[in-house]
Amino acid sequence: MITVKNLTKRYGPVPAIADVTFDIASEETGNIIGFLGPNGAGKSTTIRILTCFQPATSGSAVVAGYDVFRESVQVRRQIGYLAENAPLYPEMRAREYLNFRGKLHRMSPAERKKAIDRVTERCWLGEFVDRPIGQLSKGMRQRVGLADALLHDPKVVFLDEPTIGLDPNQIRETRKLIRELGERHVVFLSSHILHEIEQICTHTIIIAGGRILAQGSPKALQEQISAGSKLITEIKGSEAEVESAVKGLAGVDSVQSEGVDGWCRLTIGANGSSDIREAIFKLTSEKGWTMREMRREVASLEDFFIKITAEQRLA
Amino acid sequence: MSKLGRWLFGELIAGLRSEEFRIGAGNVATLTGRELSAQFFSPIAYVVIAVFLVVSGIFFGAETFQPGGEASCRALFQVLPIILVFVLPMLTMRLMSEEYRNGTIESLMTAPVRDLEVILGKFLGSFIFFLVLLGSTLIYPLLVSVWGPLDMGLAFSSYVGLALMGALYIAVGLFFSTCTRNQVIAVLCSFVLLAILTLLADYLARSFEGTLRVVLQQVSLLAHYQDFARGLIDTNHTLFFVTSTALFLFFAVKVLEFRRWR
Repeated sequence: MITVKNLTKRYGPVPAIADVTFDIASEETGNIIGFLGPNGAGKSTTIRILTCFQPATSGSAVVAGYDVFRESVQVRRQIGYLAENAPLYPEMRAREYLNFRGKLHRMSPAERKKAIDRVTERCWLGEFVDRPIGQLSKGMRQRVGLADALLHDPKVVFLDEPTIGLDPNQIRETRKLIRELGERHVVFLSSHILHEIEQICTHTIIIAGGRILAQGSPKALQEQISAGSKLITEIKGSEAEVESAVKGLAGVDSVQSEGVDGWCRLTIGANGSSDIREAIFKLTSEKGWTMREMRREVASLEDFFIKITAEQRLA
Repeated sequence: MSKLGRWLFGELIAGLRSEEFRIGAGNVATLTGRELSAQFFSPIAYVVIAVFLVVSGIFFGAETFQPGGEASCRALFQVLPIILVFVLPMLTMRLMSEEYRNGTIESLMTAPVRDLEVILGKFLGSFIFFLVLLGSTLIYPLLVSVWGPLDMGLAFSSYVGLALMGALYIAVGLFFSTCTRNQVIAVLCSFVLLAILTLLADYLARSFEGTLRVVLQQVSLLAHYQDFARGLIDTNHTLFFVTSTALFLFFAVKVLEFRRWR
């Protein structure tokens, strides 16, 4: 549904996104795509290109079968878009606004009426649909924006930070709604909140500093990241001897050692996904060493995310 | 000539009948409607109406509506173009600038509409609002006609001239509003350019000789308006206003396109 190849966008000399490539929304990826990254990572820029708001500097993108650059109007007929902070005309009533948007999507009066009733129910607008937008709360305006994005029953719905500024209840409701949307539409949502993405998305793309760092299902990502987990153990013995013995074991990739009050503390990086705990235990008992600790430090998605966020701040 | 003419006419008719044109016209109508209602909802519009009516009313009362005076609105029609220089930029300043500032430009431009349709919708919405405003001055000729025989032809051609001139003012204002998200900058720029074209060019033309004088006379909007105020609807002047309006609308479309690329 969305195919992106080597997308780059520069503002002046600085690239906001560089070489972004992904292909999503098929049987494999499921329908709810999470676009995760810290603030300023290039999420909004990517979404703006995919929704035809801005052209890319180079690269190509195809959304719902149409090229975003050459067939922009066709793309825009197939998509719904909730921009960050849901910008709306404050002087209009929600119903008037939805009616106006429906006209732009060339829906007949009867279709518009039906669609407005549908999205009013779907986004729990209730009687607020007849209030001026300027009088609505932030959460309610977000819902009006969402209703607008769903009005013409689009194939792909882009949501840019849909839960930002909402209270916990509204956040839960919005997540529930997004999950429901996934049954009928492809939902592409951006967020800088990790557990939000982990909870609702069937496929995650992680972006930082304008580059895609990882992508896959939450499970695959977890495996990919935990492959870099470390084993920490403390053994009594001479540092050099212990280190070289452990290094000799099959499956050991790297060993770092340091002396801690007479004990030798090793940080061992395993090769791929091989489990070396048993081998280390056998080695110590063979040599007659004493061991006082052995634990595995599993990298979580959160650690990974915090790490890349920190790296981006330093850069 | 006739062959080319027939081909052009055929193309035009085909274009007007095409699906694309129908959709485009529909979008323009939708956008015009929204713009018109937005104008009526904005507090600035009411300030503008009030200022316009008060100022034109004062001129009417002081210059035209005097005992023993001539039964015409000549003085009023001379001063209206100058009042409009101050008034219309206030109507047009928010057209695009507000969309940029509120971020609504994003939902607007990601809907299936073309840049040209957006600009035309904004233009027509403001133009219709301006016609309503101009229509409110009809009370003056009406009052005059009660007291004496009014030259209807002159009043009609003056209104045609004012409508054409207003269209150009709106196009200029819309162009500057498309350039910036700051409404104050938009209103000042359009005010300055219109003041130069309307007031200064006419004044300068009198103090220069030769080519420069001709050029200044040609760009002076008041000079083009004068014939309308004299009761003459000249194709030459009509074409001038129509093409300059189209030119500024074209510039506005190009600026809108350009802003996407930044």
